[in-house]
Amino acid sequence: MTPSGYFLEHLWLIPLFPLVTAALMLFLGRRLPNPAVSVLCVGSVGLSFVFALGAVTQLLSADPEFRVAQHILFEWLTPGQMQLTGGHLVQFTADWGYLLDPLSCVMVLVITGVGFLIHIYSIGYMGHEGGYYRFFGYMNLFMFSMLTLVLANNLLLMFVGWEGVGLCSYLLIGFYFLKKSASDAGKKAFIVNRIGDAGFILGILLTAVTFGTIRFTSAGLTNVAADSGIRQALEAALGSHALVAGAPVFTAIALLLFVGACGKSAQIPLYVWLPDAMEGPTPVSALIHAATMVTAGVYMVVRMNAIYQLSPFAMDVVAVVGVVTAIFAASMALVQNDIKKVLAYSTISQLGYMFLALGAGAFAAGIFHLMTHAFFKALLFLGAGSVIHAMSGEQDIQKMGGLWNKIPVTARTFFVATVAIAGIPPLAGFFSKDEILGHAFETHPGLWAIGLVTAGMTAFYMFRLVFLTFFGYSRADEHAQHHIHESPQTMTIPLMILAVLSIIGGWIGWPTSLGGGNQFEKFLAPVVASRTEPLLGHEGPLAASPVEQARIIREAKELEKGSGPTEYFLMFASIAIAVAGIWLAYEFYRTKKLAPELVAKKAGPFYRLLFHKYYVDEIYDALFVNRTKDLGTALGQFDAKVIDGVGVDGTGWLARFGSTLSMWWDKWIIDGLLNFGAKLTQLLSFPIRFLQTGTFSSYALLILVGLAILLAYYEQHLHVVLRGAR
Amino acid sequence: MLPIGHYLFLGLALFIIGVIGVVTRRNVIVILMSIELILNAVNINLVAFSRLYGDVAGQVFALFIIADAAAEAAVGLGIIIAFFRNRETVLEDEMDLLKW
Repeated sequence: MTPSGYFLEHLWLIPLFPLVTAALMLFLGRRLPNPAVSVLCVGSVGLSFVFALGAVTQLLSADPEFRVAQHILFEWLTPGQMQLTGGHLVQFTADWGYLLDPLSCVMVLVITGVGFLIHIYSIGYMGHEGGYYRFFGYMNLFMFSMLTLVLANNLLLMFVGWEGVGLCSYLLIGFYFLKKSASDAGKKAFIVNRIGDAGFILGILLTAVTFGTIRFTSAGLTNVAADSGIRQALEAALGSHALVAGAPVFTAIALLLFVGACGKSAQIPLYVWLPDAMEGPTPVSALIHAATMVTAGVYMVVRMNAIYQLSPFAMDVVAVVGVVTAIFAASMALVQNDIKKVLAYSTISQLGYMFLALGAGAFAAGIFHLMTHAFFKALLFLGAGSVIHAMSGEQDIQKMGGLWNKIPVTARTFFVATVAIAGIPPLAGFFSKDEILGHAFETHPGLWAIGLVTAGMTAFYMFRLVFLTFFGYSRADEHAQHHIHESPQTMTIPLMILAVLSIIGGWIGWPTSLGGGNQFEKFLAPVVASRTEPLLGHEGPLAASPVEQARIIREAKELEKGSGPTEYFLMFASIAIAVAGIWLAYEFYRTKKLAPELVAKKAGPFYRLLFHKYYVDEIYDALFVNRTKDLGTALGQFDAKVIDGVGVDGTGWLARFGSTLSMWWDKWIIDGLLNFGAKLTQLLSFPIRFLQTGTFSSYALLILVGLAILLAYYEQHLHVVLRGAR
Repeated sequence: MLPIGHYLFLGLALFIIGVIGVVTRRNVIVILMSIELILNAVNINLVAFSRLYGDVAGQVFALFIIADAAAEAAVGLGIIIAFFRNRETVLEDEMDLLKW
């Protein structure tokens, strides 16, 4: 029976709490004192975490086949007619609704849990910074967007969250906006993100046109048509053989969506913004660029895993891009000297691992690594922040050292995270990484080898970081050394909690080959289908029908039982190469038996290539950035010369010309007409004018002339009068 | 009484002299005098006809004309004197304010 309960019915509250406080910061933040800001903003995230816990608990109370809760708040797009690629018409609509299934359970707990810890940490870290309320406002807005992204029940609402986190990333990277490098980094992040979004939007549109809907599934809803989800439409299309596995449309959708994922999750070629994003405050790097936003791409691919599994080509592309990114980024991390930059490249590399998992069909393993990575990467970044705080702002590891006893909590928690990321059991990183490499070996052995080498490099550069930062003699200057102090409890307690999670967080996915029950994979099984399942016949469901789900889980359980020598060999290989990496780092940076400077000199050009990050930024600048700027300049010239010249100045000239014409018309035609009238009058009056002389004598003469005329006229009457009188 | 023509001829002669005076002379006082002459010529005509037909109306009319001539002369002179006070002249060709 479908799960229900207060928290499930009020899923929409989870993103709402941080949104309210973000809005509050926008309007009132400036006038609030810092403690009020802290309580409000951190409290709202804490509240979201509590609600998320409640919702997950209520979801777990249902049987595994029924773990889907979906609630639509309101209809967002009014239904309109749309023609699908198949030819028939459907009513297309999108709603504002929330979906909770095992996949979003994992995401929402990670986001709210780790987010909450980072918010607490930020109280201490940002306590003395200007713009305290602005920082928390943006962070809360980010939490709202990210939660909307993972709880959305359709692609469009997910995209709203997607864009929202991109925006908040921009705002937070450029938090110190008066520093040019920071504002440039923010711009770079947003623009590169946007390039990915173009592909994402095309993917959404193609999905809409192929399936007639962008809602993930209609499971869990009572009052909508039963076939109104992508999952259901997919099933129908495959059942009626309108579409078959491997059809080009699936490849197209998968690859387009993957472009979006590359932008958001920093894969080749759209990863360049992440190292620059380190300009932002360290909690931002921890939350956004390690634990949450960059994982949005991974989440999205897993959400759409049904489509991906129907396109083996796309899966291969994802896997290859993932693993190449992993080793590429790891190589750059080997030579970086900024503590945060090393962690940034490490993040890109670990994200590559997640995509390798997805490409190999191990979707659950990818999410598992997402979760463990969130724990130890957030811990690493927060620890780095603590180190920077202690070193009075210094970020160059060449100027650190000897911190192990001076900042003990930071040092030890950082060390725990490093061991975790290197993949040493029984810490969290080992289990998730091993899952990935195990599945990769089954499907793409070549990629497995690259992944293995990368694991070794990961161990190496992370321990290089630890050794140079915490051990040896202090290489900092006198002044900085005096100020070294452990961070306040508001910062160290989250570190400790995350350290505990980095240790035990992987145990939820303890593999069956070592005697565990792999609860994690079983939990996610209804949402994804691992490679252990046959594909053709029943494609990976996005929350399948109850009967289907039961079957999938049964089969997954059976296949888990088997484990052969290969699994043990793979585990041994991962551990061995990690230990090798650690040993190398130890020899280079701790005992100094090997000299890194000699190696750098011997490998001169190659070292330079790595140090300058393969000159990718310079290449992008020359190919794209400067060309776009040139286009802008050209258009600017066009605007100044043509638009302004012809349009504006030309219109002015035209107006003046028009007025000249009017003036001519007025002067020659109108006035000419008047003058002509006057001249005519003058001509006509010519004889008569002279009568009015103004002289006395001529008037007198005229009187006489008139009298004479009168007399001549009336002369006849005179005769009558005279005769009559006689 | 003589034949009426003789009196009419006298009247005509005086009339023409008067008219020539009005039209020709420069001095406006002389013009006024010429106008008096014209009026008197008319008087002679009127009285002659009154004698001829034995109707006293002609003579009465002549009396009216005499009274009217007197009044007119008075007014005319008044105008001339007013004009002279402004323009210092009694010559009609120098009274050219209205000349365009």
